[in-house]
Amino acid sequence: MAVLPPMPKLWYRETKPHKFCPGCGHPLVLKALAYAIEELGIEDRTIFGCDIGCSLLAWDFFNLDTVQTHHGRTTPVMVGIKRARPELICIAYMGDGGGYAIGSQHLVNAAVRNENIMVVLANNTVYAMTGGQMAPTTLPNQKTETTPYGRDPEKTGNPTLGPEMVAAITPDTAYVARGTVAKLGQLKSFFKKGLQRQIEGKGFSFIEVLSGCPTNWRTNAEETWNFLENEMTRYFKVGEFKVPGQVKEDKNE
Amino acid sequence: MAEKNLEPIIKERRVFITGNEAVAWAGVAARADIMYGYPITPQNEIMHYWTRLAPKYGKGFLQTEDEISAGFATVGGVLAGKRAFTATSGPGNILMQDSMSMAEMMRIPTVMIITQRGGPSTATVIYSQQETTLTCFGGNGEGIRIVYSTASHQELFDYTIKAFNTAWKYRFPTFVLGDGYQSKMRESLTIYDPVERGIELVPAEPFLGKGGVAGLDRPPVHLRNTYNMEDELYEVVRELVDAYNAVAHEIVEYREMETEDAEILIVAHGIVSRAAEGAVARLRKDGYKVGSFRPITLRPFPAEQLRKCADRAEKMLVVESAEGQLKKLVTDAIYGSTTPIETLFRPGESITVEEIISAVKGL
Repeated sequence: MAVLPPMPKLWYRETKPHKFCPGCGHPLVLKALAYAIEELGIEDRTIFGCDIGCSLLAWDFFNLDTVQTHHGRTTPVMVGIKRARPELICIAYMGDGGGYAIGSQHLVNAAVRNENIMVVLANNTVYAMTGGQMAPTTLPNQKTETTPYGRDPEKTGNPTLGPEMVAAITPDTAYVARGTVAKLGQLKSFFKKGLQRQIEGKGFSFIEVLSGCPTNWRTNAEETWNFLENEMTRYFKVGEFKVPGQVKEDKNE
Repeated sequence: MAEKNLEPIIKERRVFITGNEAVAWAGVAARADIMYGYPITPQNEIMHYWTRLAPKYGKGFLQTEDEISAGFATVGGVLAGKRAFTATSGPGNILMQDSMSMAEMMRIPTVMIITQRGGPSTATVIYSQQETTLTCFGGNGEGIRIVYSTASHQELFDYTIKAFNTAWKYRFPTFVLGDGYQSKMRESLTIYDPVERGIELVPAEPFLGKGGVAGLDRPPVHLRNTYNMEDELYEVVRELVDAYNAVAHEIVEYREMETEDAEILIVAHGIVSRAAEGAVARLRKDGYKVGSFRPITLRPFPAEQLRKCADRAEKMLVVESAEGQLKKLVTDAIYGSTTPIETLFRPGESITVEEIISAVKGL
């Protein structure tokens, strides 16, 4: 991976250093996203919407017109904007709780309708802003504040496989992938492909990103990266799940 | 969504149509750009007529997955700089309060038509005035919104047009309160092009996507509704409340009938006020000194005007198809007045002229 400069031009300097916790994955997601937008040259027409939860801290993150919405409601707000002004490029940014729990009906239906927007979902396996409760993506046996003895799939189900679900319900023109903050070059390319779909007016793109939360995982740097790269990827396969015009699924890189 | 048709958008004419159809025509007349909606009775035909009219006038429509989505998509449409609206009722009104709370906080000029049905819960699809409190104060905030309560099909048409103007002029979420009877009943009214009548249409403008490169040609627009510190939030809410109070006197509307010498003052809103005015007309013929006061705006409430009428009267009779939702607004408005208040409450049920007459005679 090429060495990236420290801060994308698209990052709004006035609000840096950012407000995310040390070691948080969000700034890495937002870095890859910024480079993707810059390389596509769509800064002049991109609208960024962020959810509630830690993603809300992105409300003043970019040199982009940005709106912070309510928990789970970023997808419909961006759908509303896109339907009203199709020339704008709309990105809905949220966490796993926002996309897979409280806002899951919006994700599912926006995907089914093939709305011409891009949804980016950071999966860190916990509700982080509220103090580390179980999320739809919490791994089996993972300890959280609401599963202090570990998540029991018998009682709380299995982790949500978002891209797999979205790939199953979208038309062939959609783009669906799961990236990770451990592979920023790949993540940027996923974002670019998703945005390209929207630029061409071809429909929905969804990119889940595996992201770290050392604060709520209560992990040091080594443990954080181990969980992100080795534990999470056992359940959440990184790769592209739906690529228009491509038959085989490329699950690694 | 450029306008395909040149003015006048609607040929002025008398029509005999349902209230829901009147609202759809009013949306066209008001140059609404897009509607986001979700089916619920008795609101459905607003969407039915809109989806038939919209393509002819180059306008948009999206049927969403639920009312939460319809409300937030409306917020999105407005943020994009379009005259966006939605319509709902009852349980849908509850779900839309999520987005309307955001609209209050961020002063997003949404327009929402409420066709009240019975409550609580799913109740009836027919009629009530039980969404008064919800529509006025539905959010987790202070009710920083404008609510017009309509009494006729003509008013549904007039005030739907007006709602877009009020919303975009003052930048507060604006509601048009109707009910299932109005929705489904046919009545005569005149539809018209407001531009032809010289009514100025307040232009919409984008909150986001203002053109140019953000951060290069202009600062980026960053809109939020989350705050960290309590004093920070206090400043924001204070500003909202002050801005609202500063223009409330320009927005307030009401209607009085025979209040000058009225010993008995009937207070009612929406279509119940028509029964109240019918009762006043008949009671006056029988020599009763009775008058009526009707708040047209429930938010902001015509408190001063009602108070003057209340102080002149010997007794008040609050009449509504709810269990005291209007009365709460009344007692708050006239606190300190010593005029006794009697009530005629029929939650979820219609009220006739005759019932009001016998209530007045029984006072």
